[in-house]
Amino acid sequence: MNRIITTLFAIFIIQLLVVNKTLSNEGKVRDCFEKLNRATFALNMGLDKVIFKPISKGYRKLPSPIRTGTGNALNNLSNLITIPNNILQGDFGSAANNSARLLINTTLGIAGIFDPANSFGFEKREKEDFGQTLGVMGVGEGCYLVLPVLGPTTIRDTVGSFVAMNGGDVWHNITVRDDEEYVKEFKESDYWASRVTSGVDFRAKNLEAFDAMEKNSVDLYATVRSLYLQDRKKKINNSSDKTEAMDDGDWDTLENQ
Amino acid sequence: MKILKNVIVSILILFFLTNTSWSKNASEFISSLTDDASQVLSSKLSDDEKIIRLKEIGEKSVDIEGVGLYTLGKYRKTLTDSQKEQYKELFKNYFLKSFSGRLVGYTDAKITVLSEEIKNEKYTIVFSKLIGTSDRPEVKIDWRVYTKDPENPLIRDLVIEGLSLARTQKEEFNSIIVNNDGSIEALFDNLNKFLEN
Repeated sequence: MNRIITTLFAIFIIQLLVVNKTLSNEGKVRDCFEKLNRATFALNMGLDKVIFKPISKGYRKLPSPIRTGTGNALNNLSNLITIPNNILQGDFGSAANNSARLLINTTLGIAGIFDPANSFGFEKREKEDFGQTLGVMGVGEGCYLVLPVLGPTTIRDTVGSFVAMNGGDVWHNITVRDDEEYVKEFKESDYWASRVTSGVDFRAKNLEAFDAMEKNSVDLYATVRSLYLQDRKKKINNSSDKTEAMDDGDWDTLENQ
Repeated sequence: MKILKNVIVSILILFFLTNTSWSKNASEFISSLTDDASQVLSSKLSDDEKIIRLKEIGEKSVDIEGVGLYTLGKYRKTLTDSQKEQYKELFKNYFLKSFSGRLVGYTDAKITVLSEEIKNEKYTIVFSKLIGTSDRPEVKIDWRVYTKDPENPLIRDLVIEGLSLARTQKEEFNSIIVNNDGSIEALFDNLNKFLEN
């Protein structure tokens, strides 16, 4: 309980005193460490080529029901971080929906491998994390960063990950921190296995799209940066249908010339 | 009073008919375009032949010149007339190669048009989805259709799962120019290198 209160307090302090004043600058790409980011991006691309892509290709060869079940189980696990963020964002309807999904799919769905909750009317909703919650609270994204292995992020999203790793993520608490009295079955390796599998699952679903992007970009680094920042903005606005790019403003400047 | 009522009704009917005309054109345009592309992709043609056919589809359905100018952002104002001509030609070749190269790997692409939103007389957004397969999830694709000439609608942007391709392209080009001290020639060099490969 103390940890949850500390986490909530930290989020509000970060928002009110530090991040909101120094980092909010929407509408412009702020790549403060571009040289370093490009070097890290090159390293990540190398790792992808020799490790992640071959593993993802192998994963793709697994029978479809196994991949679907794995994806479902990982999605189910992600509810542990989505639900507290639904509450922090004031979206109690989604919090209730996701809690019901977590309960039904963990039990009837055998650890989330199957998705019976959908048949009961609890449909899958967007994932939420602490970076998104900070964004909803009005915190600017800050500088763009590329982390080794983990890939693209921003200062705001890194703060969000820090909150998750320090008490905000129940799954992390019961595996890595091992500080939950009632659940002792999980080990630290379970946490890292779930993170790696999640990355491989995502990579496998996007093999062709990544290949096409790599082959057809004139500046792949800038393409990935743009896609990441647009995606985060979309998720924070919870706008599945429209983006900022749907505004006519940008196009009207072209029209008027 | 009756005359006034008739005038208002006539205006309303005209308004709805005109709106229907834009919307029908845009949706039908996207449906027909995606059907054509889907047929090419699922055909037994070689990749090179598919690329030629896809380029033809892209050339007649995308406002390549408009997209090209849009992707230059603030730098389009700095272009001389000769640079503008050079860029138009370069961008067209770049776009068609990139567009066909991105699509040619999808052999089982089936797109269903879902609905649309008429934004104004110039733009209609057509909402669609790429049907998922066992290897690939379902993907939402929104098309920004330029309807200024209702008889000849043209695509200006594709928004895939909320991510705008035109905007991504703009930021990619912008990055090249900025990292070369604002030189538009550096962008031309990059586009030429891409076309040579």
